[in-house]
Parts: sequence; structure tokens; C-alpha cells
Amino acid sequence: MNNKQQIINLEGITFRYPGARENVIDNLDLKFFSGSRIGLIAPNGSGKTTLFHIIMGLLKPDAGRIEIFGQPVSREKDFEKVRRRIGLLFQDADDQLFSPTVLEDVAFGPLNLGKSKEEAIDISRKTLAFLGLSDFEERITFKLSGGEKRLVSLATVLSMEPEVLLLDEPTTGLDNHTREKLIEALNSLDLAYIVISHEYDFVNAVAPEIYKMENGQIFHDEELQIHIHEHVHRYGREPHKHG
Amino acid sequence: MIEEPFAVGNTYIYTLDPRVRIVFAVVFSFVTALSNRFPVLIAALFISILLVSTGRLKVRDVLKRLFVVFWFLLLIWAILPLTFEGEPLYQAGPITFTRPGVIMAAQISIKSTAILLVFMALIATMTVVTLGHSLNRLYVPDKLVHLMLMTYRYIFVIEQEYRRLFTAIKIRGFRSKTNMHSYKTYAYLIGMLFVRASTRAERVHQAMLCRGFRGRFYTLDIFKSTGRNQTFVLVMTIIIVCLIIGEYNLL
Ligand SMILES: Nc1ncnc2c1ncn2[C@@H]1O[C@H](COP(=O)(O)OP(=O)(O)OP(=O)(O)O)[C@@H](O)[C@H]1O
Ligand SMILES: [Mg+2]
Repeated sequence: MNNKQQIINLEGITFRYPGARENVIDNLDLKFFSGSRIGLIAPNGSGKTTLFHIIMGLLKPDAGRIEIFGQPVSREKDFEKVRRRIGLLFQDADDQLFSPTVLEDVAFGPLNLGKSKEEAIDISRKTLAFLGLSDFEERITFKLSGGEKRLVSLATVLSMEPEVLLLDEPTTGLDNHTREKLIEALNSLDLAYIVISHEYDFVNAVAPEIYKMENGQIFHDEELQIHIHEHVHRYGREPHKHG
Repeated sequence: MIEEPFAVGNTYIYTLDPRVRIVFAVVFSFVTALSNRFPVLIAALFISILLVSTGRLKVRDVLKRLFVVFWFLLLIWAILPLTFEGEPLYQAGPITFTRPGVIMAAQISIKSTAILLVFMALIATMTVVTLGHSLNRLYVPDKLVHLMLMTYRYIFVIEQEYRRLFTAIKIRGFRSKTNMHSYKTYAYLIGMLFVRASTRAERVHQAMLCRGFRGRFYTLDIFKSTGRNQTFVLVMTIIIVCLIIGEYNLL
């Protein structure tokens, strides 16, 4: 683990929605290293989305320390830099896609990063091609199906060439074939990511480590991991390596 | 669903550059709106009907849209001839129809119909997205164009949300009546819609921040310019010049 850089380091994060009676996030610690791929499985309403939003600086924690890429971050200015390197896929694709055409939406991020129009279009086309969405360029974003919206949202995040991905239930609304495509895409990317999902198979296919959330805290869930692993192949219980 | 029934087609109109269509629709509307002589107005109406038929728009859809102005015009015909001061045209007991009132009402009717038809023929025949991009190319500021496009974008979402809420009410046996329960339900529905729209706006803003948004919008020039414009430009320019000459008696 020494050669691995610490990307996200949360210490004692506490958060409560205004007017709520309990803390959604309660004294949470999380260390996330470069190259890691974490699956996060937890019940509805356990605070997964909230946690992602805190990492991106969209919600300000009531207490605790956030360090990202080794730098403490607290003000909006700090988070602006964070957002260039960490990409968040929102739970609801309608929040993410606001441009009229797919190409424009995918190019929005690169343009904000200061790329020229030509470069932005070029990156966007490549990203769409990578996800097998080349035909979608001129489609109107709000006339896509739910699953198509999901994939295009992912393209809008990937086109910013982030170092880390936070994926909030990327498989909702995907059919089996598209889900396979997503699994393949994630596995072929050289990126660290945390993925929230309620689908065990999917998490198992894309993330070697599984975490769970309970009482506003996050834990490495070895039991669940072995259990799932066993489901998938029979040497799950023996110590072994994947090629 | 909010529809764009005329947005796609393959008649002559659709092959014209959107910018050309926008410019002529706007100029034509101004000229028509500022004209008062009947021969000119009737010519304008005739041209607008011609344009609509060139586009081969579905007559039913066109009429459906004209119907919206129809109510407004009815109101005008009910009010103007009675209230406008001037030479009486017809007297029915205590009610007087004045000549200038009738003329005014007729002018307004012809103008609004002609303008609406021209917009259907030239503007409604492109998608709102193309309209936005074209306006941007015509030097309408980015901010305005994006305001328009985003409004359009989220009207869809809000409409969907309205439908979802309404279905939720319906499947639980709600039937609209004139009683307190119905009013309260409608009030909830509308209130809920506002709340949802505003939380939606907030989340969209957050998503934009996550993608490095810093108050600046960019528009990609991705729409295609097409040929075949010269004839249209020439003919339309002549028509408009003729209308102006007719109106101001320049010959
Ligand atoms: N804007 C808000 N205002 C008040 N409370 C909220 C708000 N958003 C979420 N909550 C509450 O915070 C808790 C955690 O919500 P969060 O969205 O983080 O859950 P989640 O783990 O992502 O759930 P899911 O699996 O359903 O997406 C929930 O109990 C929810 O009711
Ligand atoms: Mg969630």
C-alpha cells in the first residue's frame, strides 16, 4: 500500500440535513487510495448519495476534515479544483443532462476545463465512441430513454478525463446487455472509483472491495465480500489472486 | 406531451438555412404588424398561407394552433367595435358598432393570423434546439439562448413530473369535482410541482458545478448550413419590399 497515493481521506465527518432529527453521516472515516475500486452497498436512505455530495463539496459537513489528493479542502475554491479531478455520476440522469444535444452535453465539461471547441468536440466524440454511443451525438438529451440517459451521463463525466469516479447507482434502468457494456467499460478504464449499487453481481464484477454503510459510518465488509465472492466462484474462501 | 409537430419534414422549407428563415420570419412579422392598409394586409395573409402550404404542414395541426388566437380575436371583436369612439356603422338599439372599431378589429385579426402562419411555416419547422443554435449564430447573446434552451429542456422534466403526480392522484381514485377536497388536491399538486422544480434546479446547478461550470456557457456550432437559399432570399426580399411600397405608397 506504500506506493499508493491517498486520494480521499475523510476524518470524523458528520452531517445532518437542516431540520432533520438525526445525523445522516455520523463521525465517518474513509481512506481511499489511488487504483482502488470500491463497491458501496447499503440500504436506501443510509446516506450514500449524501456522502458523495460531501466529497464533491456540494454539501458542507457540520464537522470533520476532508483531505483530497493530500490537500485539506474546505472552501468552495478548493472544491473547484477537486471537481476537475473527481467525476460524479448523479443518481438521476435528468440532473446531469441539461444541454439540448448529446454532443454539447458531453463537451460541456471539457470546455469548462479550458479546452478549445475543436478539442472538446474531439474528446467528446472519442468518449462517446468508447461507450458505443457514436450514433447519439445529435440526439436530443431529453428524448433519450432512461438507460440511454444513464450512459450519456457517464460520457459527460468521463469526457472530463477525471482521475477518480464516484458512480451513484450507475446500473439503474440498464438492461443486461447495456450493463455488460458498462462493466466492460469500467474494467477497461485506468481509474479509481467508488460505485454505489444495489446489485451484487454488478458490484462484484467491477469492484474487488466492498464497503457497507451503517449508522452513518462506512465499513469494509469482509463478510459480505466473501459471501458474494463465493457466489461467483468456488475458490472464494481460499486466499487467492486474480490475474 | 409537449410536441413539435412541424419540426421535421422534407419539403422545400426544411432545406432552407434556419438563420434565413428566422430573419425573414422576423422581418415579415414587423412589416405586417406595422402595416395598416387592407390590400397590404391581405397580401401578407395570402403570402403566409402560401408559405404554410409550401411546407405542407398538416392542416389539422395548423388549425389547432390558429384556434388559440381565435379566442383572443373573438374577444377583440366583442370589445373593439363597441367601445371604440367614432362614426357609427350599425346601430342595434342602445348598442353602436363603430366603423374605426370594426376596422381595427379586422386589422388585428388579419395581422395576427398572418404572423402566426408565417411563424408556423418558417420557425416551427425547426426544432427548438436548432432555433437556439441559429439565434446564437445571429448574434443573440449566449446567455439568452441558453436561458431559452434550458427552459425548454426542463419544461419537459416538469411536465413529466406533473404527469407522474397526476397519475399518482388518479390511480388512487381522485376525481375532479367542485368541492374543497378537489381544490386542496390541486393546490397540493401545484405546490409540489413548484417544490420539485426548485429542488431540481438546485441539483442541476450542482451537477453543472461538478463539471467545472463557472458561469460561462459555450455553444458548439454543430448545425449544418444548407444551400438553395438564394431563390428564397430573393423572392422574400422582393415580397417584403413590395409590401412596404404598398403600405407607404412609395410609387
Ligand atoms: N435534501 C434533503 N433534505 C433532507 N433530508 C434529506 C435530503 N436528502 C436526503 N435526505 C435524507 O437523508 C438520508 C440519506 O439520504 P441519501 O440520499 O444520502 O440516501 P442513499 O443512501 O443515497 O439512498 P438511496 O439508496 O435511496 O439512494 C435519507 O434518510 C433522506 O431522507
Ligand atoms: Mg442515493
